[in-house]
Amino acid sequence: MIAIIDYGIGNLKSVHNAVSFISPQTKSIVTSDPDIVAKADRVIFPGQGAMPDCILQLEKRGLKESVIEAAKQKPFLGICLGLQMLFETSEEGGVNGFGLLPGAVKRFQLNKNERIKIPHMGWNKVHLSNTHPMWNKIDSDSRFYFVHSFYAEVTNKNLEMATSSHGEKFTCAIAKDNIFAVQFHPEKSSELGLQLLKNFISWNI
Amino acid sequence: MSVAKRIIPCLDVNDGRVVKGINFVKLKDAGDPVEIAKKYNEEGADELTFLDITASSDNRGLLFDIVEKVAKQIFIPLTVGGGVRSCEDIRNLLNSGADKVGINTSAILKPELVAESTSRFGSQAIVVAIDAKKVGDHWEVFTHGGRNATGINAVSWAQKMAKLGAGELLITSMDRDGTKKGFDNVLMKLISDVVEVPIIASGGVGILQHLVDGVKDGEADAVLAASIFHYGEFTIQEAKQYMAENNIEVRL
Repeated sequence: MIAIIDYGIGNLKSVHNAVSFISPQTKSIVTSDPDIVAKADRVIFPGQGAMPDCILQLEKRGLKESVIEAAKQKPFLGICLGLQMLFETSEEGGVNGFGLLPGAVKRFQLNKNERIKIPHMGWNKVHLSNTHPMWNKIDSDSRFYFVHSFYAEVTNKNLEMATSSHGEKFTCAIAKDNIFAVQFHPEKSSELGLQLLKNFISWNI
Repeated sequence: MSVAKRIIPCLDVNDGRVVKGINFVKLKDAGDPVEIAKKYNEEGADELTFLDITASSDNRGLLFDIVEKVAKQIFIPLTVGGGVRSCEDIRNLLNSGADKVGINTSAILKPELVAESTSRFGSQAIVVAIDAKKVGDHWEVFTHGGRNATGINAVSWAQKMAKLGAGELLITSMDRDGTKKGFDNVLMKLISDVVEVPIIASGGVGILQHLVDGVKDGEADAVLAASIFHYGEFTIQEAKQYMAENNIEVRL
């Protein structure tokens, strides 16, 4: 069973829809119940909105500990804010994340010369920087759908699985042990996004 | 390497049916939103926008039904707009499977709805649509499908909406809409220059060069079109090829 963490913000249905579409036989539950998270074989931690709200909502639902516990043990996929939450600190609201990955979350800087827009919204190239089972059947420099204003700066570059570029180069996929996290939205990235979710369902640590 | 310029086909929905697109070939059910959405997805559309033009709010349920069906089968961003009046409306659309909700007239009547909804659902979920018409030497915001003048300057309104948290602005030139003369790129550039959020150019596309002009002259981040795609004049793929040939980064 796959638990999709629901902390009350954003459209989580799309992740659930995508998982059901690629693998109807896999049971997936959108949940805010810590017990279900504890029982799940795999966990997807999607994210939208702001980091301070996310922490508040997780704590309110008694979910924070079970999400951290899951991220330490089982195949765990962080998406967008779900990637940023795994880091130590964030410029967004000056809050601390789970501290499971080394580094800080920063905001894109406006760059008048390159006329970059914030949020970084749309289909951008994902350049693979490491091999990983999650990249099965995904070519380097394929485009995925992004929408975010903050990104994580990982201090241990060995953990970096892919980069993208928006005014500056930034890390857009990270892996450590049982954790894989992406800044883009696989559930909104058409065929290749679905491939990544398929890879997650069959990923054996 | 940077983010691709997006091509967004817009589907008008009335009483649960797509009302344009009747000339589609090979579609079993010409007005079926799921079939049309699938076709656009296969051709490489970067996003889909559904505009609810249902006169009566009694038939709103049909729209939710469409969004739900499309969201179960097509995995690219879906924007839904038309007649959105409250946070409750936005929540219902997001729960049906929309990724973004467009607010137009309600943003004028209740600007606080933009602030409230972006703080509640995130900026990424809210697109503010601005219908603008040239009046003298400047542009003014119009509501109710371009019928009512507001006296508000469109450029400063765009800045205000971005400041209140809108994640994106959809700018339609009422002067160009339906004319096939191309976007009002002077207006697009004026707005693009003063806001940090992405802008979507809309209104007036007749030929593929207009899409290129919207990006190059209007400095739009995305281009929206309806009739050139609906009536089979061009496919999304043809539009993307043409843009790529003109050195615009697109997702091919």
